[in-house]
This record gives sequence, structure tokens and C-alpha cells, in this order.
Amino acid sequence: MSRKGFLPLGQRMAEAGPPSWPHGLQWLEQVLEGLWAVCLVVLRRLGLVGRRLVVNLPFFWLALFFLVPFAIVLEISFAESDFGQPPYTPLFEWVEPSALAIRINLGNYTFLLQDSLYILAYLNSLKIAAISTVLCLLIGYPMAYAIARADPRWRPALLMLVILPFWTSFLIRVYAWIGILNSDGLLNNFLLWLGVIGEPLAIRHTEVAIYIGIVYSYLPFMVLPLYANLEKMDRSLLEAAADLGCRPIRAFLTVTLPLSLPGVLAGSLLVFIPAVGEFVIPELLGGSDNLMIGKVLWDEFFANRDWPVASAVAIALLLFLVIPIMLFQWAQGRQQERRT
Amino acid sequence: MSRGVVLFSALAFGYAFLYLPILLLIIYSFNDSANVAIWGGWTLRWYGALLGNDSLLGAFWVSLRVAVVSASFAVALGTAAGLALARFGRFRGRALFGGMITAPLVMPEVITGLSLLLLFVTLQGLIGWPAGRGMTTIMIAHTTFAMAYVAIIVQSRLSGMDESVEEAAQDLGARPFKVFLVITLPLIAPALVAGWLLAFTLSLDDLVIASFVSGPGSSTLPMEVFSSVRRGVSPEINALATLFVLFVSVGIIIAGILLNRQERRRQRDDQLAYSGRAQEV
Repeated sequence: MSRKGFLPLGQRMAEAGPPSWPHGLQWLEQVLEGLWAVCLVVLRRLGLVGRRLVVNLPFFWLALFFLVPFAIVLEISFAESDFGQPPYTPLFEWVEPSALAIRINLGNYTFLLQDSLYILAYLNSLKIAAISTVLCLLIGYPMAYAIARADPRWRPALLMLVILPFWTSFLIRVYAWIGILNSDGLLNNFLLWLGVIGEPLAIRHTEVAIYIGIVYSYLPFMVLPLYANLEKMDRSLLEAAADLGCRPIRAFLTVTLPLSLPGVLAGSLLVFIPAVGEFVIPELLGGSDNLMIGKVLWDEFFANRDWPVASAVAIALLLFLVIPIMLFQWAQGRQQERRT
Repeated sequence: MSRGVVLFSALAFGYAFLYLPILLLIIYSFNDSANVAIWGGWTLRWYGALLGNDSLLGAFWVSLRVAVVSASFAVALGTAAGLALARFGRFRGRALFGGMITAPLVMPEVITGLSLLLLFVTLQGLIGWPAGRGMTTIMIAHTTFAMAYVAIIVQSRLSGMDESVEEAAQDLGARPFKVFLVITLPLIAPALVAGWLLAFTLSLDDLVIASFVSGPGSSTLPMEVFSSVRRGVSPEINALATLFVLFVSVGIIIAGILLNRQERRRQRDDQLAYSGRAQEV
């Protein structure tokens, strides 16, 4: 579009003028205008007009559908399981017209502490998420580094190739590994055919399969922030190091690596936090003895229909994740500030 | 030299890891053998079987409708949120606002799903809405987590953009809404397209949250696929996955080419505009 293109658009709008109303319906226009004016007054009162609307609309939406739900989860984690619809007892009850009874049941939390299943599941989730994050970093860092150092013409295509699997279904990508890792799956058939192994390896239904699944699914989340960081880096620093007689490997360790730590942090948190609560991967690839807390919560809710215990599990999981999430918020906020 | 080799093999390994499973999935969708792990020649019969599978087709329509509606709402709300974050400076409640935008990105899905379900149940008890759970509740849930992604995309596009054009329009007497419509919106259009596509695929892909907030008769495609996958590997699901991958890749590549072309045209326009100004001076 040339610069001329901008002008006719405005002119056209000005020349056309406001659309005129059909004959005999002009009174309707006045009524509508009056109604609109009343609406505007009400909307302005509610802070739902102009600039305030832009902030308030998403703010109210997120407050209602993201913040308030956590309060309700907290509330129901103190309720008692009950046969009924919904399957829990109310916390607040009017016993008499003037007396409100509040019954807080701590049983769900003591239950979590007493049954070693839950503690083991939490610890195991943290362990699996941590190891997966390190594996993602080991595979993702060299990839991000190689893309950032590639010919600028190739970078968009290389980056696109990292993002593309992220757009295809997560469920389908996990499913693909079932066919590969099964005891009669493609990997075992291939290795048997090669003669490397004498009998099928048991990989699916083990922790190894969960690691493969998590690393495979979350690798793009690691590569993208790392790439964004490495690509921005000032290359003249490396040249300076080289001029001063620094060997490339040392320059990498003393210059590139420390400078890329914000990217490492962002990528690691983007992998670690969702991986702790992962459900699909342990369910489809892991075995029944590979406890993960997301799966425990799911079973508590869908199989046992114990909503209060499921809520308590969720609250405890959130407590574990508060520090990583705050760290992530802080890193994001700092990145935003630097950009503006 | 050796450094180049190391980097190249890192990339080759990474891409092989990312694409080999999908490739195998596609190849085995044409496998003419009931046993999925043994190759029995080429066939298209699983695609035919897919077309006759009513429960999968029904779930696909549910998913498609949910995805279109929630992606559109997510773009509207996410754009407003991104605009507020990038252009409104420090307003009251900004820290909380920013937190509510970034937290859904990393929140484990089981927590989001459970908390939204409990909200819907509580709301139904208090005000009778939403009456029961179904497509509406899935749409609300998907809008909520997808709008965070849209907000981040719009915000990063806006903060990479020169504010002076908007200020110029304002100086020339355009009202804020008009500035947004005539200046800002065309400039962030690529981000909106990308955001809509991302929200659409996120919604089409979501299993966990939808499982929590859906009701009887509103199973989405991932829910149907999941219940089928739990029973074991089936060639029909391979065929479905192949179609999905094909559909998404074609969509992404077309969108990528279009956005790239538009971006280049915009840059050329900028250059023209600046050179024109230089001549006038």
C-alpha cells in the first residue's frame, strides 16, 4: 500500500456520511439515541466505557474465572465428602434464622499427611519434573544455540520447525510414543530385528517412558525462550573474549552461559511447573506404580468422586508450586520492563 | 570446524527426536494390518473406517464449535488485556492483572480444570447459571486460558512497535477508539491472527480441562480419542492423527507465508514513507 492508500480510506468515510434512516422511521433513531445515552451513563458508572473498559473487561473475566475458583477450591477442601449433588457438605449453614454454623473439616489435609501415597506422589512428581527439566535443557540448549548462530536467512524456518509440533495435538504426540515404546512396539521390533537385544525391553509403563514423554512434549517451551535470549546477545562480547586470547569453550562458559541464564530460568520454569501436575503422560506412558500427583488428583475426582480430597490435593500442589510460579512472574515482569 | 559439526548434529538429533514419532504415526496409518506394530502393506481403509465412526465425528463437531467460539472470545479479551499491559503504563491493580495473565500459562491443567468445575457448580447452586455443564462451560474455560496466550502475543507485538504513530493520530484529533481502529488494529492484525490460531488449536487440543467442565453429551474430540487410546493403539486413531497433523501443518504454513508477506509489505511501505518524507524535507 502506498502512502496514497491511506487518504482515500478516510475521505471515503467522510464523504459517505452517516447512513440515513428510511422514511417514517426517524423517530426510532431518536429513541435509540436516548437509550444509548442512558446505557452510556450506566456503563460509565460501572467503569465499563472507553479506557476503563479495556482494563476492566479482561480483569473481571479473569477475576471471575481464574481467581475466584481458587477460593472455592480452598473452601471445598475444608468440606466433607457426601453422597449427593454436589458431592460435598456445605461449609456455611443457617441452623437457626439467627445462627450461622461454620464447619471446617481439616480431615482432608490430615488424610493427605497420613497416607504415604500422597506424599510419595508429590515427591515423585517433583523428582520427575526436575529430571525432565534438566533433560530438556541438555537437548534444548544446543538446539537453541545452533539456531541462534545459524544463517539469519535460515532462522525463521528452523524456528518454525521447533514450533510446528507444538501446534499439533499434544495428545496425539503422546499417543505416538505408545506405539513406539510398547513391548511389541516399533522400537522393540526394530531392535530385535537388528539383533541388539534378545527379548523385548520393557520401556512403556516405566519412569523412563514418562521422561521421554515429558521431554518430547515440552521441548519447544525450553527452546523458544532460550533462543529469544541467545539471539539478542551482543556478539562483540565474544569477539572481545577471543581477542583477549580466550578459547571458544571458555568464552562460552564465562560469557555466553552466564548471559543466557534468564533464558534458562524462563525455559526451565515453563517446563517444570506444568510437568509437576502432568496427567496425560503418566496415565498413557507410565505404569501403575509411577505415582504422579496430577494422576492422583484425577483419580480422586473421577474414580473416587471425592471432591473435597481432590481439592485438598490441588491446594497442596499449589503450595508446592507457589515459589516457582512467583519466580516465573518475576522473570516475566522483568522481561517486560526491559522491553518497554 | 568441529564446532559447526557439533551444532549441526545437535540440531539434527533434536529435529529427528521431534519429528520421527510423528512420521512413524503417519506411515503406520496406512498399514494394512490389524496388529499396529507389524507392517502389512499399504491401505486407506482406516480412513474409510474413520468416516463411518459417528462418535468421533460428533465429537469433532463439538470441538470445532467450541474452538471457534472460544478463540474469538479469547482474541477479543486478550487483545484488551495486551493493550492495557503494553500501553496503559502503571494503572491501579496492574501487578495483580499481570499475574492473572501469566499464571494461566504455567498452571497445571488439573488445577485449572478442577477449580473451574467447582466454580460452575457453586454458581449453579447460587444463581442457577450455568444450568448444567456442556459446551458453554467448555467455551468459558477455554476462553479463560487461551486469552492469556493472546494477551502475551499482542503485548509483545505492541511493545515492539513505535508508539509515535498512535500519538500522531491523537495529536491530529482522533479519539482513542478511532486511533485503535484505524492505526493500532491494522498494525497488530498479524498478532491477532496468530493469537486466534493459537487459541483455536489450544482449544481443539485440550483434554484435561474439558474433561472436568464438560457434561453428558458434550464430549470433545480429545476426550473421545483419549478414551479410545486408553484401550490401546488403534489404526483409526493413527488415521485421525495424520489428518490432524496434515490440517494443522497446512494451516500454519499458509498463515506463516501470508503473515511473512504482509510483514514485508509493511516494511516496504515504511521505507517508502520515510524516503518520501526525506524528499519533502
